[in-house]
Amino acid sequence: MDSQDNPPRKIVPITPVAQTPADAQDSTQEMVSLYVAHNKIYPRSVQGLFAYWRWVLVFITQIVFYGLPWLEWGQRQAVLFDLGARRFYIFGVVLYPQDFIYLTAILVISAFSLFLFTAVAGRLWCGYACPQTVYSEIFLWVERKIEGDRTARMKLDAANMSLEKLFKKWYKHFIWIGIALWTGFTFVGYFTPIRSLGMEFFTGNMTSWEVFWVFFYGFATYGNAGFMREQVCKYMCPYARFQSAMFDKDTLIVTYDAERGEPRGARSKKADPKTLGLGSCVDCSLCVQVCPTGIDIRNGLQYECIGCGACADVCDTVMEKVGYAKGLVKYSTQNAMTGGWTREQTWRRVLRPRVLLYTGILLLVIVALFSSLALRKPFKVDVVRDRAALARIVAGGQIENVYRLQIMNAAEKPLNFKLEAEGLQGLRIVTETDVQVPATESRWVSVRLQLPYDAAQPGSHPIHFLIQSYEEGRQVVGQIEEKSVFLVPR
Amino acid sequence: MSDFVSDFWHLYVAGISLVSIIACLILLWFTGKAKAMTANDNTTGHVWDGDLREMNNPLPRWWVGLFIITVIFALIYLAFYPGLGNLPGKFGWSAQGQYDAEVAKANEQVAPLYAKFQAMPVEEVAKDPQAMAIGDRLFMNNCAQCHGSDARGSKSFPNLADADWLWGGAPEKIKETLTQGRMGVMPPMAAAVGTPEDVRNVAHYVLSLSGSPHDSLRASLGKSKFGACAACHGMDGKGNHAMGAPNLTDDVWLHGWGENAIVAMINNGKNNQMPAQASKLTEGQIHVLASYVWGLSNVKPAAGK
Repeated sequence: MDSQDNPPRKIVPITPVAQTPADAQDSTQEMVSLYVAHNKIYPRSVQGLFAYWRWVLVFITQIVFYGLPWLEWGQRQAVLFDLGARRFYIFGVVLYPQDFIYLTAILVISAFSLFLFTAVAGRLWCGYACPQTVYSEIFLWVERKIEGDRTARMKLDAANMSLEKLFKKWYKHFIWIGIALWTGFTFVGYFTPIRSLGMEFFTGNMTSWEVFWVFFYGFATYGNAGFMREQVCKYMCPYARFQSAMFDKDTLIVTYDAERGEPRGARSKKADPKTLGLGSCVDCSLCVQVCPTGIDIRNGLQYECIGCGACADVCDTVMEKVGYAKGLVKYSTQNAMTGGWTREQTWRRVLRPRVLLYTGILLLVIVALFSSLALRKPFKVDVVRDRAALARIVAGGQIENVYRLQIMNAAEKPLNFKLEAEGLQGLRIVTETDVQVPATESRWVSVRLQLPYDAAQPGSHPIHFLIQSYEEGRQVVGQIEEKSVFLVPR
Repeated sequence: MSDFVSDFWHLYVAGISLVSIIACLILLWFTGKAKAMTANDNTTGHVWDGDLREMNNPLPRWWVGLFIITVIFALIYLAFYPGLGNLPGKFGWSAQGQYDAEVAKANEQVAPLYAKFQAMPVEEVAKDPQAMAIGDRLFMNNCAQCHGSDARGSKSFPNLADADWLWGGAPEKIKETLTQGRMGVMPPMAAAVGTPEDVRNVAHYVLSLSGSPHDSLRASLGKSKFGACAACHGMDGKGNHAMGAPNLTDDVWLHGWGENAIVAMINNGKNNQMPAQASKLTEGQIHVLASYVWGLSNVKPAAGK
């Protein structure tokens, strides 16, 4: 290579951190492994406002998840995704694979809800509603009931194997596996009618795929909620990482009021911190002990923080005990912390363009989804021209085109249809125009259209089919127009 | 599995696969041993653009475990399934084999159904709604490409829903057509008929047979020349099922209507083939399909459908 031909390149040097002479000593640097060993976290139990809400969310989400498949709607399960028959039942609605757009809408709603909640209050989803958090919470509760709280658990893990330890561990895993399998069973119950799945289980007739998925989801629940816990949030979850993109300086985050708290330190209950030159933080380290991801909130906002508020709860308890004002660790915004804003000032910032935009789009999509569901016709039609014959001349000098109509009945009762073809003078259907389609089934119908020989120029002519559905008593339920073309040969 | 023309490529691909897998293990072992310098504030000590410091956020060690699991999985997979060059693997699995097994299984499942229909005469099967639903699907997949989805054919592809048959409409004849296929041959007859004028006259005579518009003078002249056609189509022009010669007296025009079309047919002749289905369909399927086709012109559709 000839260096003279190349323009000089800009070189950004990679330099060591500018360090003070004292820091530059080798003793402050260390050689570390490229991989970090797993440090088991023993979250301490916590009570308070946010813990209460976390449990409320646990109950709401789990009652919905475990309960929904048992609900009946008429003669069938209220919510059932029948992948084999490709019919998706959600209460009164029967969806076909062609209704995929509704799933898209639900995903868009989920995404914008996440954006909105994150912009307003940070990782609300992570801290309260995410299945990873919720199941970890449930499994932790079991663990606490059997092995005791943080210190007891640490002691138990450090202790030598004994009959008591063996019993406690087995007991815990037994319950965990029970919950996990029930979760797997419930999940599969959304795809196979759960009542017959239960019967199959007791008679030993589950298919191998059903068994596989029950155990697969059971294993995932057991592994993620029992062992992986915060590791999932730290290393696996993509949302955890990109939620920081939705944060701004007015987003509610769990913060430590460093100005008030520092310098931290233990002190006698009677001592006046001012005379000791100490801040409000008594350095009890409870905020670290309750943290499900094992961080110290006093180091500021960290990507591991799932925003559950456990540290805020426990710090408030401590502050109350030592007689200081609550809120050393609290939900607040970066702007509020640096500007010393009041509650009202902080609240006012909620109505910022970003939040309003998210809300607007969210409402728009929700309205669009529900109005389109409400206006949805109970049937669909696809018109497919016959693939063999373009056009043919039949007896009586008529030109004939053949179409296949797929009529999909999305109602849970048989529907009668009347077919009409329009768009060309003299165009008529020569096959049966009254069609019946059984409930939630689809049917292919061959339709022949005839046109007198000289009624139209040779070539392609746009036409449309008019399909009307009737209930008993010839009451029109809905009609659909489907476009097609009629070909006249040269 | 003879995708490679020489053994070299088989060994080459197998070698690269194994070396890559082993290289993964070596890399893991190496990175597991290696250490890196960090500053006391948990950064790597690297700074970009003056103030961007790189944090040291190492991968958890259990992640390496997952990596090792994938390596073990790869080795087990390659031992049991094809993937290592030309080696078929211990299970001897192939896509063709799986397809054959699935088809065999499906055939086994439907065998009792077809056995039931095969024990019934065509006339009965044609009235069985379940059999006709099967027949409809068979027809759509195997016949509709030529005969149209409504079985009414198009130019050169016979209409199966009318009562006009080239080779006979009896159930066993339909079955024979399906099983063995048919080869309809109309030889070029211009020389046998005579001059081009004679050919035109015969064409008008053929038109007159079905009462189509024609020149009656030419038709009467053509009648005497029709003898050349009578060997196959018969003196009365009513055709012959034994050789697939069409009936010329009905108003069905498979290969086109009018003087020009008929003249072209006499001059050039025509070979028209119905391919044999015996190698594609089972006997049971042919039985159901024959019943379906027979039913198209012999069973009135149930009212109110």
